[in-house]
Amino acid sequence: MKKEMVDAIKNDPDFIHLVKTRSSFAWTLTIIMLVIYFGFVLTIAFDPKLLGTPLSAGSVTTIGIPIGIGVIVSAFILTGIYVRRANGEFDELTAKIKSKVKGE
Amino acid sequence: MKALLLALFSAAAFAAEALSGAVEKQPLNMSAITMFLIFVAATLGITYWAAKRTKTAKDFYTAGGGITGFQNGMAIAGDYMSAASFLGISALVYTKGYDGLIYSIGFLVGWPIILFMVAEQLRNLGKYTFADVASYRLRQTPIRTLAAFGSILTVVLYLIAQMVGAGKLIQLLFGLDYEVAVILVGVLMILYVTFGGMLATTWVQIIKAFLLLSGATFMAVAVMAHYNFNFESLFSTAVSMKDQAIMAPGKLVSDPVSAISLGIALMFGTAGLPHILMRFFTVSDAKEARKSVFYATGFIGYFYILTFIIGFGAIVMVFQNPHYLDLAKQATDGGAPILGGDNMAAIHLSHAVGGDFFLGFISAVAFATILAVVSGLTLAGASAISHDLYASVIRAGRVDGMMEMKVSKIATVVLGLVAIYLGIIFEKQNIAFMVGLAFAVAASANFPILFLSMFWSKLTTRGAFIGGMIGLSTAIILVILGPMVWAEIINGDALKAAVAAAKAAATASGASAGDIVKAGDVAKAAFIKQTAIFPYQYPALFSVAAAFVSIWFFSITDRSENSRKEEEAFEAQYIRSQTGIGAEGAIEH
Repeated sequence: MKKEMVDAIKNDPDFIHLVKTRSSFAWTLTIIMLVIYFGFVLTIAFDPKLLGTPLSAGSVTTIGIPIGIGVIVSAFILTGIYVRRANGEFDELTAKIKSKVKGE
Repeated sequence: MKALLLALFSAAAFAAEALSGAVEKQPLNMSAITMFLIFVAATLGITYWAAKRTKTAKDFYTAGGGITGFQNGMAIAGDYMSAASFLGISALVYTKGYDGLIYSIGFLVGWPIILFMVAEQLRNLGKYTFADVASYRLRQTPIRTLAAFGSILTVVLYLIAQMVGAGKLIQLLFGLDYEVAVILVGVLMILYVTFGGMLATTWVQIIKAFLLLSGATFMAVAVMAHYNFNFESLFSTAVSMKDQAIMAPGKLVSDPVSAISLGIALMFGTAGLPHILMRFFTVSDAKEARKSVFYATGFIGYFYILTFIIGFGAIVMVFQNPHYLDLAKQATDGGAPILGGDNMAAIHLSHAVGGDFFLGFISAVAFATILAVVSGLTLAGASAISHDLYASVIRAGRVDGMMEMKVSKIATVVLGLVAIYLGIIFEKQNIAFMVGLAFAVAASANFPILFLSMFWSKLTTRGAFIGGMIGLSTAIILVILGPMVWAEIINGDALKAAVAAAKAAATASGASAGDIVKAGDVAKAAFIKQTAIFPYQYPALFSVAAAFVSIWFFSITDRSENSRKEEEAFEAQYIRSQTGIGAEGAIEH
């Protein structure tokens, strides 16, 4: 990539907007995932009995089961949210930046 | 190729005939053998098809870059749903209950992070290996050497787990010697990779992922059907056979340090596995790379839910079932050991729910799983040797694609032989934990340099090299000094003596069979705690921190002319990683 092209893209408001929104979106989702996962394992580490609480009085099933399955499902949902926005909004912005580079 | 097919059939037929000298008392299972042969024939057919389409180095490493997001997601899931996952995690659920779920969740949560942080950047920057990205603006020789070393080590550790699973599985299925089974896997894998390259490896992986998901779905549904799709009644039966402890977290995550350390190993380790990272170069662009992760996360998450049900299914249908009891082992060790060890819980369950025919299907699928994963691993390892070490370091980029591909094929054969040898040595290790070791290395060496090279402009060659080395060696040293290697392997004889002494003392005092086993377990835990120099099983928290801190320190203190140039080159790299501008050249056919 030539220096002029680097400077042109670097100062392109669309590029600045793309990088800023996408990275804050990606970081937000990353932090949500980290909080969910480490919240889960640290709960286990600090209070192993908590997830062993029966789901209802007299049941063998513990609250740990739906919570564990919930962590799995949340990972899938978070990837879905990211892909939806990235393949739409972010890719459109990228295409716009690319067409400008080609046009110049 | 026809001659090859014939040779393989006769090798397999010979394998079946060798049953007369069987070491395990398993009857000849014709349906299993037939399905196994069908799979081998089909995959060799694919290899033949792929071989005709694999002409250039790009075809060999990345299947020509024409894999779709859905196909790649399936293949990634296939790489991840290894025999270690299927057999190891269902065995962990079978023995420890809820702990198995905790373990599998850790394996899944790395995927969203990969998507958010590295997937598309990787696609936009790389060509064949993750070292392409890590060394993008840094000096080739040191960074490629380090990345290749990290890749090979990860691959070899992972390979050991797969080979051990293969040996045990075929031992149980055919009554073959463990060594013969391991050699068979090694030979088949060498054929797939050397002739069919990434295209064959990917399609073998996709087909196997489909078969494994179908088989596991059938098992889980069959188990649930027994209990009218009522989880409470499945769990309460399981609890009545074991105890309530299986419904709650046990000893897997016992303290906060271990919990965080395991989490870091799994998250960053997934993002540093060379055979997974390599898959992002087989798709055409960033959009397909993203879709790959979305589908992969869905398949893998679904698969882990299935293994959880399968593990509980094994508790209610296999545990204490006289049909699967290893009487010889019970006579010496007590308890209720199952034939072939705990890792065979899922295999026995397939027999319990679907008879000989379904046992045959699942055994063939599990075997296919090992073959497919081993092939992907070997291809990644061979790429590190041929593309990073040979072409980029030794020949400094002055080599043509055909020569590079030839070196890659030679490396495949060598890695295959190494895998066979190590598979034989590591026969008795717990295969699920073995994979954990591979993750620690990937998280501590591969991931930090890859991540910082993409996002931190001030990263320099010196920082990446020294920091990466520190991360890598810290991980290795802490694993060696830790409970698994130092206490259980290096001091294994003393451990056995301590357990035997405790059991003898319990026997002398007239304890029940169950209490004798318990006394042995207590003695084992005490011995490990006392003997291990490094107390934690998962070193990642320390080794990843060591890597990041030292990379940072040796980068910011680097005042060389070279480091200034590397920082200047960051802008262009960053633009390409974010937009894909300039990446098109790398993916042209």
